[in-house]
Parts: sequence; C-alpha cells; structure tokens
Amino acid sequence: MRAEARKRPVTAGQLPTIGEVLDRQGVLAYVLLLPGLLILTAFIGWPFITSLWLSVTDQSVSTSVVRFVGLDNFSDELRSQIFLQTVRNTFVYTGVTVVFKLAFGIGLAVLMNQSFRLKNLARAALLLPWIVPTALSAIAWLWLFDATFSVFNWAIVRSGIADRGINWLGEGSWAMTSIIIANVWRGTPFFAISILAGLQTVDRELLDAAAVDGASRWQRFWRITIPLIRPVVLIVMLFSVVSTISDFQLVYVLTRGGPANSTHLLGTLAYDIAVRGGQLSEGAAVSLYMFPVLIVCVVVLLLYLRRSST
Amino acid sequence: MTASRRTVTIYLPLSLAAIVLLFPFYWMLITSLKTDRELIDLSGLPFWVFEPTLEHYQYLFAETGFLRWALNTLTISVVATAISLACSILAGYALARLRFRGAGAMAGAIFITYLVPQTLLFVPLLEIVRQLGLSNTLWSMILTYPTILIPFSTWLLMGYFRSIPRELEESALIDGASRLRAMAQIVLPLAMPGILSAGIFAFTLSWNEFIYALVFTNSTDIKTIPVGVVTELVKGDVYFWGSLMAGALLGSVPVALIYSFFVDRYVSGLTAGAVKG
Repeated sequence: MRAEARKRPVTAGQLPTIGEVLDRQGVLAYVLLLPGLLILTAFIGWPFITSLWLSVTDQSVSTSVVRFVGLDNFSDELRSQIFLQTVRNTFVYTGVTVVFKLAFGIGLAVLMNQSFRLKNLARAALLLPWIVPTALSAIAWLWLFDATFSVFNWAIVRSGIADRGINWLGEGSWAMTSIIIANVWRGTPFFAISILAGLQTVDRELLDAAAVDGASRWQRFWRITIPLIRPVVLIVMLFSVVSTISDFQLVYVLTRGGPANSTHLLGTLAYDIAVRGGQLSEGAAVSLYMFPVLIVCVVVLLLYLRRSST
Repeated sequence: MTASRRTVTIYLPLSLAAIVLLFPFYWMLITSLKTDRELIDLSGLPFWVFEPTLEHYQYLFAETGFLRWALNTLTISVVATAISLACSILAGYALARLRFRGAGAMAGAIFITYLVPQTLLFVPLLEIVRQLGLSNTLWSMILTYPTILIPFSTWLLMGYFRSIPRELEESALIDGASRLRAMAQIVLPLAMPGILSAGIFAFTLSWNEFIYALVFTNSTDIKTIPVGVVTELVKGDVYFWGSLMAGALLGSVPVALIYSFFVDRYVSGLTAGAVKG
C-alpha cells in the first residue's frame, strides 16, 4: 500500500479525494474484500476460536461458572465407548461410500460420455439425487427402509428370497448398510458429473492415435484416460471425504445414530451431546475431532492447486 | 457398433442407473397420493396408486406450517444469496484483477473456509447466535448461510473474471474511468454467466441447508421446509407418511425446476472448481 502511495505523490497540502484513494489497487482490494471477510470472520473465524475455547472448558447450558479443564474433554472422549464406536462408524461410512461413489461415478461418467439419444435429458435426470435437499430425499429412504412397509422387503418376500424382510434400520450392521446405500445414491451423481467433465477434456486424437497403434479399448482407458483424469478424480474424492466425514442429515433423518449408536457419526454425536444434552464443551470437543482429517484434505488440495497453477 | 450391441453397452446400463437414481422420487410421488389404508396394505401391488387422493396435500397446507416454511425458506435463500453474491463479486474481482500485498494469502484463506463443514462449527455458532440475540429468527440463518456460499461463489467468480481480457478494462481506465466504474460497466456485464451460475448455486445451497436451520430455530413459525417437514410431521411414534412425502416432494420441486432450466450453468459451476483447478 505504502509503495503504491509513494509512486503517486500528492501535492503537499492537498488531500487525495476518496476516488483517488480508491484507485490505488492496494487500498481498493481490501475495501472490496472487506464485506466478505467480515462475514467469514464473524461466522467462521470467531466460531472456530469459540470452539477451541469451549473445548478446554466445562461449559454446559446449566453451568454458571465456567472452569478451565485443559484437554480433559478430549481425553474423556477417548475413554468413551460411544465416542470410539462413533469414530469407527465415521471411518467405515466414509471409506466405503467414497469407494462406491468413485466406482459408480466413473462407470456412469464413461456411459454418459458416449453419444446417444436424449443425452441432455439423461444428464439432467441423473443429477437429481444430488441437488434436492438431502433431508427431504432421506425421508423417501426412511419409508423405503421401513421395518414393516419397506418395498424392498415386499420384493424379497414376494420373490421368495426369504420368508421375512430385513430390519433395515433396526439392526446395527443393516443400519450402517442402509445409510451407506442412501449416501452412495446421493453422492454418485456428483462424482459422475465431475468425472464426465474431466473425460470431455481428454483429447480424442490421443485415443485415436493409440487405437491406430493397436491399443485395445481397455488399454486406452487404463493407460490414457485414467492418468489424464486423475487430477479431477483426486479433487472430487477429497471434497467427498470432507463432506462425508462431516455428514449429518442422512443419519439424523434415518437412524438418529441408532440402534445402540451403531450409526452415529461425529456430527450427530456432537449434536446429541451439545444440543440435546446441553453439554456444549463436550460437543465442541467431539466436533473438533473432525479437524485433523480436514487439515490433511485442505493441505493436499492447496499443495495440488499451487502445483497445477505454476 | 451394431444396434443390439449399443443396446447392451449403453441403453441397458443407462436405464438401470436411471431406475436406481430416480426410484426414490417416484416412490415419494406415489406414496404422497395413496390413502392411509392403501399405504399400509401389503397385499396389493405397491408400485401403483389405485385410489389416488390429495388428502395428504390438503393436510400439509391446512394443518401444518408448510406455507410459512416455504415463505421462510424463500426469504432466507433470496437474501442470503444476494448478500453472498455482492460480497463474492467484490472479493472475486479484487482477487482476480488487483495486485496487492497478501493476495495469495487471502485467496488461500477463502479457499480454506470453502472446506469448513457446518458440523464442525454448529456448537459454537449456536452460542454466538444466542449471544447476539438472534436465536429463533430468520436473521440467524440469513447471516450464517453466506459463510457456506461466499467461499464457493468467490472462487467461481474469480475464475470468470480472469477469463475476461484485461485489455477491455484497461482501455476504459486509459479513457479516464475509475476502477470501480470500469468494473461495473465493462467487467460485470461480461461476467453475467458466472454470476448467474454462482447465484443458482448459492440459492440451491441455502434452500437445502439443514443443520444450522435445525439448531438455530425451535418455533414452528421460523422453520425452513427441510427442518419443518422432518421435525413436525412426526408426532411421537406416528409418522404422517403421506404428508411427509408430499412435503418432501414439494420442497424439492423449486430446486429441481431452477436446476432443470439452468442445467448447463449448474454443471459448469459444479465442475469449474474440479476441472479448472
């Protein structure tokens, strides 16, 4: 800023007009950034600091005197069976869903990259699970997974596969399977559309040249297409990991973390502890356990973006 | 490829994918049209409605706060989107066009906030909203939603501004226009497609937001559609399935409509970050 100002000296005794000040890039830039930065500082930066503060105290909705307790909240969680179970659930849920979303996403993208009739309509329809409010589509899944009236159970019993239907949301491992199914359903379109955009940047001539040289369809896919779309795949996966680790809505609507905490994720456990139980400090600590994973994702993405921009 | 081979390699898997991805919506629709008796009738074919009824929709409009929730959601989404767009246009322009100290750090900081999930911060935000006296008001959402929208929109618009040739602006600057004037009269009109993409995105994200709306509100009058439908159509153990589905469907229609009109904008917005990096 200073340097800019010195370059255009103002005659002594004559104050620059507002217009002149604003035309200095250094000043103007921060004026333009100010509104956005204010909002982000007030409702992301400040809550983050508050979160750190809450997590080292013993604040609840009923405490009048707040005490500093150091890292007790964090170490208490590590001794809690429910918390450890929740961490396991979160990793299983994230790991399994991201693998399936990636596999189905690549498949769907390759399919959509062919030319066929009604392509635009198909593309529009396939993104629907991703764009409608998750809390609302989860209601459809709640009914689809109903213990008594599940249409899947109707099909299982009618087709004679089994005498009785599955207790989808009422039994630990089936409940985890159910939320995984719903999450894969919701997230696959995002993978597919992003990877499709990546596929469309692959140079046709490269593929044709390889075909002329005798590379099979399969070889062309693995040796040319996949390496070229790897950056897109990496970014989409990182975004997906961040949003799946921090997922809330599907579990809140489908299982509330049950049965017996078998589907609790960090977000839903923090909600139960802080909002329903009123233990703000403990809830903040549970949420903060997401942070290390987020840091890793942010660092990888930033490094990647820096490398690709230079 | 022969026609039959195309059927097997393209149309068959595509139809399968379409059925899986669209079935829950079909299910919402027919469930919302069934009578309560038909809903729990396991003897018939469940894939069709034999006695269609609109009673669940009537219940939704007459007996619940659905219309109020719709109005709330619309108000919050429009205002939060407007605030976010204003902030993002200014910030995106500064980051894309102006040379200043700390530009890289600012862009990095905004990108980091893009990856901060709502579940990380809702506990302290609940406290902050309470301290500011905003609990149970539309403002609690109008002011916090932009934190979800600004990072994305800024990032998207930055890319758009960069794609507009500098020369256009510079010739205006040489002609004596101020930077703000050059931005408003030359850059903004050219960036309209990007602004539209960012706006559609921001609006959809606000419409779909759930966790902040859930924890900041508790009275029926202040709820949004996703929160209202999920929390008020279940009384104890009783699920009003027909109305739940009717509400879920109607709550999804606006975003689905907007999206279907602007599918290309939407897709280009969605993939801009991933592909252009």
